[in-house]
Amino acid sequence: MAKLMTEQRFASPDDVYQLLIDGHRELTPDQSTRLNAKLILLLANHIGDAEVLAEALRVARQGVD
Amino acid sequence: MHATFSYPKYSFIPSDEQRTGTIRRHPVVVIGAGPVGLTAALDFARKGVPVVVLDAEDTVSVGSRAVCYAKRALEVWDRLGVGRRMIDKGVVWKIGKVFNGDRMVYQFDLLPEPDHKIPAFINLQQYHLEDFLVTEALKSDLIDLRWLSRVVSARQEADHVVLQVETPDGVHAVEADWVIACDGAKSSVRKMLGLEFQGEVFKDRFLIADVVMKADFPAERWFWFDPPFHRKQSALLHMQPDNVWRLDFQLGWDADPEEEKRPERVIPRVQAMLGADTPFELEWVSVYTFQCRRLERFRHGRILFAGDSAHQVSPFGARGANSGVPDADNLVWKLALVLDGKAPEWLLDSYSDERVAAARENILNSTRSTDFITPKSEMSRIFRDAVLELAVDHPFARALVNSGRLSTPTTYTDSPLNTPDGDAFAGRMVPGAPATDAPVERDGQPGWLMEALDGRFTVLYAAGDGAVPAEVAEALDALAAGPLPLVWYAVTGRRRGIAGELVDCAGRLRERYDLTPGSVYLIRPDQHVAARWRRFDDAALSAALNRAVGR
Repeated sequence: MAKLMTEQRFASPDDVYQLLIDGHRELTPDQSTRLNAKLILLLANHIGDAEVLAEALRVARQGVD
Repeated sequence: MHATFSYPKYSFIPSDEQRTGTIRRHPVVVIGAGPVGLTAALDFARKGVPVVVLDAEDTVSVGSRAVCYAKRALEVWDRLGVGRRMIDKGVVWKIGKVFNGDRMVYQFDLLPEPDHKIPAFINLQQYHLEDFLVTEALKSDLIDLRWLSRVVSARQEADHVVLQVETPDGVHAVEADWVIACDGAKSSVRKMLGLEFQGEVFKDRFLIADVVMKADFPAERWFWFDPPFHRKQSALLHMQPDNVWRLDFQLGWDADPEEEKRPERVIPRVQAMLGADTPFELEWVSVYTFQCRRLERFRHGRILFAGDSAHQVSPFGARGANSGVPDADNLVWKLALVLDGKAPEWLLDSYSDERVAAARENILNSTRSTDFITPKSEMSRIFRDAVLELAVDHPFARALVNSGRLSTPTTYTDSPLNTPDGDAFAGRMVPGAPATDAPVERDGQPGWLMEALDGRFTVLYAAGDGAVPAEVAEALDALAAGPLPLVWYAVTGRRRGIAGELVDCAGRLRERYDLTPGSVYLIRPDQHVAARWRRFDDAALSAALNRAVGR
C-alpha cells in the first residue's frame, strides 16, 4: 500500500515553492481559494490513491483546529 | 390546473368481519396500498398466501410523485406480471446529461450492456403505476383490498398482532399472524410502536412542477447546476408519458413553501426554463424538503416495515420506491416459507439484515448526492464548483460530479444466507448479487433468464455441449420434488432438445455468469445468487439451500 512520502523529493525546492507563490500572483483570496481547490483535485487524481490522500489530510489538519 | 389523469375512486366495501362483528385471524395484513404494499400483495398471491391490504385512502397517489422506476423494481414487477404494462406506458430512458451554466459537463449511459429484457429506467407517474398494480391486485381472489380503512392502533400478542381499523362504518379489530407496514415515510405504525427514525434532515427546499406541453426534448435526464434560467441553484428535467414533464427547481432553505407553490410564482420559473413562447399548463406543483433516515431494524416482532416507512432518502438517485420494491421482493418469499412451516422465524431477521444493508447503501449514496447538490459549507461549495469547472475538459472530474447516483440493486455481500465461494469465478455474480439477465431460449421460444427465475429457487446447471449426467439430473429432480419450491434448468450452448433446457443462444449467460461445463448456480426466489460451484455436489447444494432458508 502506498504511503505518504514526507521526505524531501524536489530537485530544486526553492523553484517549487516559487511556482506555488507565483501561481497565485494577483489573485484575490477568493480566487486563490478556487485555484487551490482545483489544484488539490488535479493532484489528488494524479496521486490516485485514497489512502495517501487520507493520510495527507490527517497530517495537514494537525494544528489547524 | 390541467389534468391528464382522472383519479379512480375505489369504493369502501364493508368486510364480512366488520359487518358481522366477528374477528378473523389473517396470515398477513399489509398496511398501505402504495407501490410497496401492492407489490408485496401481488407476490403473496403468486405464492398462494391470502393477504388483506388496508389503505386509509380511496384512490391512487395524488400527483406524479415518484417518477423514475429502475430496472430492478421493473424486474420484480415483470415477475409479478405487471412490468410490461408499465414499460409500455412509461418513457424508457438511459441517458443522463449534466450541465453547468449553459455548457454540458458530461453524459452517462445507465445500461451500456446489450441483451437485457428490462430497460435501465422508465419514467411513469406514480398514479399510473399504482393504477396498474391495483388493477392487477383486483384480479386475484387472494388479495382483499380494503379502502378507507385506517389503522388506528397495533398491539403485538405472543403469536399475532391485533389492529384496530377505522372505516366509514366505525372501528373494528383485525387480527394477523404477521403485519407488513408499508404506510410510507410518515408511517403511523412506526409511531404507534414508538420507533425512532434516525438520520439527517437537509436544509434545502425544492419545487416540483409537472407541466403539460408539447416539446422536442429527448427522453433523457437533464440536470443543471447553475443554469442561466435559474442562477446559483440546480434544476432537473424529465419526460413523463402523456406529454407531462417533470421540472425540479432548487429553491434554497429560506424559500417560503406556500408562496412558492402559487402559480404566479411557478409560471415565471417555468417560462424562464422553457422560453416565454412555449405553451404549457401546470399539472401538479409541490415543494419538498428531504431527509435521509431509517429504522435501526426493519423487523419488530410480528410487524415488518418495508419501503419509506423503514427508510427515507432524498429523491436524487431515485432510490425511494426503487428500494422499497426490493424490500417486498426480499420479504415475501421468506415470510411465505415461514408461514408454510418450511423455514424458521429467524429467516425474517435476514430480511432486516439484508435490507438494512441496502438502506445504508442508498442513504450513503443519496447523502453524497445531496452534499454535492446542496453544499453544506463554503468550502464544500468551492470544491463542488471546482469539480464542475474541471469536468468540462478533464475526464477524472466527471466521475466526481454527483447529480444523483441512480438506483442500482444491492448485493447482499455479508448475508448469512449466502454460501461463500469455494471455487474461483470471474464477474459480478457473487453470492448475494442480484442475478443479471441474459437472452435464452426455453421450450423452443426466445425469452429471458429473468423469466425462468420465477419466484422459486432456481438451480442452473451448465451442461455445455454435453448431456446432464444422470446422477446430477436425479439429484436435481429430487430437490425439485422436495418441500422447498425449486426448479432447475440445464444451460446449453445450443439447442439439444433436452427437458428443462435453457439455451444460451447469445452466449451471454456463459459470459455474465462465468459458466464452464459443470458449473452450478443456486438462485433465490428473489433472483439473488445464493451459491455457486464449478462442479455439481449434491451435499453442498442441499447445504446451501438449507442455509438460504435459515435452516
